[in-house]
Amino acid sequence: MDYYNKEMECMSPSEKEVLQGEKLKKIVKTVYERVKPYREKMDAIKLKPEDIKSIKDIYKLPFTTKQDLRDNYPFGMFAADKSDIIRVHASSGTTGKLTVVGYTQKDIDIWAECCARALVSVGGSRDSVVHIAYGYGLFTGGLGMHYGAEKLGAIAVPVSSGNTARQIQLMKDFEADILCCTPSYAIYIAEEMAKMGIKEEEMSLKYGVFGAEPWTNEMRKEIEKKLRLKAFDIYGLSEITGPGVAIECKYQCGSHIQDDYFYPEIVSEDTLEPLGSGQKGELVFTTLEKEGIPLIRYRTRDITALNYAPCQCGRTGVRIDRIAGRSDDMLIIRGVNVFPSQIESVIIKEKDVACHYHITVDRVNNLDTMQVDIELAEGVAFDEIKTVEKLKERITAEIGSAIGITANVKLVSSGSIARSEGKAKRVTDKRKF
Amino acid sequence: MYVNQIAVFLENRAGRINEFAACLAKANINIIVMSIADTTDYGILRVITEDNEKAMKVLKEGGFNIASTYLVGFEVDDRPGAMQEVLDILYKEGINIGYLYSFVRPIEKKAIILIKVDDNDYVAEILKKHGIVVIDRNIL
Repeated sequence: MDYYNKEMECMSPSEKEVLQGEKLKKIVKTVYERVKPYREKMDAIKLKPEDIKSIKDIYKLPFTTKQDLRDNYPFGMFAADKSDIIRVHASSGTTGKLTVVGYTQKDIDIWAECCARALVSVGGSRDSVVHIAYGYGLFTGGLGMHYGAEKLGAIAVPVSSGNTARQIQLMKDFEADILCCTPSYAIYIAEEMAKMGIKEEEMSLKYGVFGAEPWTNEMRKEIEKKLRLKAFDIYGLSEITGPGVAIECKYQCGSHIQDDYFYPEIVSEDTLEPLGSGQKGELVFTTLEKEGIPLIRYRTRDITALNYAPCQCGRTGVRIDRIAGRSDDMLIIRGVNVFPSQIESVIIKEKDVACHYHITVDRVNNLDTMQVDIELAEGVAFDEIKTVEKLKERITAEIGSAIGITANVKLVSSGSIARSEGKAKRVTDKRKF
Repeated sequence: MYVNQIAVFLENRAGRINEFAACLAKANINIIVMSIADTTDYGILRVITEDNEKAMKVLKEGGFNIASTYLVGFEVDDRPGAMQEVLDILYKEGINIGYLYSFVRPIEKKAIILIKVDDNDYVAEILKKHGIVVIDRNIL
């Protein structure tokens, strides 16, 4: 099986452009009519839906940001009636509030189609057993791949995250050929297998679909060696749909975007002007067919470049390079999106500590670690260790509930965190991507 | 009157205790006794000086995180078992000791034991009832 949907995946660029233009005209009309924030933005620049005549007019449209989603929390950007929304997912917002997205039945179907295409792109088929170790829940990873596997007609194993020993046993017993999880969890699985005395040749794994966090080619080689499979990068974000927005093919020279559904642009981070093929900038997406929450020129904050050159695999979907970084301060830690501002909002509420903190992210034995140094408030001290430990535990728990992962909290003396003139440097990321 | 102690929060890094000591040295303040409770990340240094009021002032100015606490101090003979006899009394009275440290006055052949307890008045009462010399100055 070479393609899941050859007609769409291999459509000629000129045909696709026409299709994208038709879809864009329709979606702009829909958001203008149904989504107040879009109507206001377009009215403000005196832009009417009729002004969009082809895909080339996309540059006329205003951008959408995470802040827009936050300002209209939770459902203010939805274009479909509540009765037509059948599911919501959510990811971290910059502060306490989550970024919420809604799906109609058609949205779920398209998403499943994208994930089915992705599974075939890496080598999967109806005969595959797909072990899905992405988290199931508000996070899009688990359910996205799940529906994709079912749509393909493969066997979905909805194991979700956790209990690694059982996961390994199930993968072995069910003869799973495709593993879907974060790349760091793949390495962890390999290490646990070694501890359990299970050899990679006892497994039936052939392909890995890894994403939700940045990873390197070195990590790819390590995973491939340790698990004896071919590792593929999958790209996605919940705002656009979830996993499956882009996927590598067997030639692994960039990930093909499903650009019949999601139209990509690269813009300059500073000027927001469109950039050409191969130029590095911020990735921007327009959802061409989404009903629940269509997004026009959504700024992903991911830094990459687009490659329009033909690919040997025959797919015509534009390729993105590996994500080279972010244009905001979002960190991806163990696959979870974390904003320093979420941590700050916890610290501000705690009177025994000052609002001087520093986050250090590292990767130890292929697992992400996060340490948060926090200064004690001036004049605050304790004569007993247990009081300090209680404070530490309380802050750790609060940060944990704010961001969804456990941070190693370290209390430090007042004034000991370096002050900087101008914008404080709150984060040190020691990981190498 | 109970013994006044200054607790200083110090994160673990080379030179940090030296910075603390330098702060007192510069102000010409003599340390009578100190102890450190350490963890992997940080330590709590507990100190009693000849002039705690001045010490608090200069440490605060030096940017240290300090807390003032009162401990129960008592005197025992400097001989094996003397401290244990007192601890036994406290144990039988159900007193929990948060932490303890001590020093010796060799000329007087006495040891001074300092303890952190929840209720200083209650513990001092018990000690006095058993004829133990409780230190009634806030400076040693």
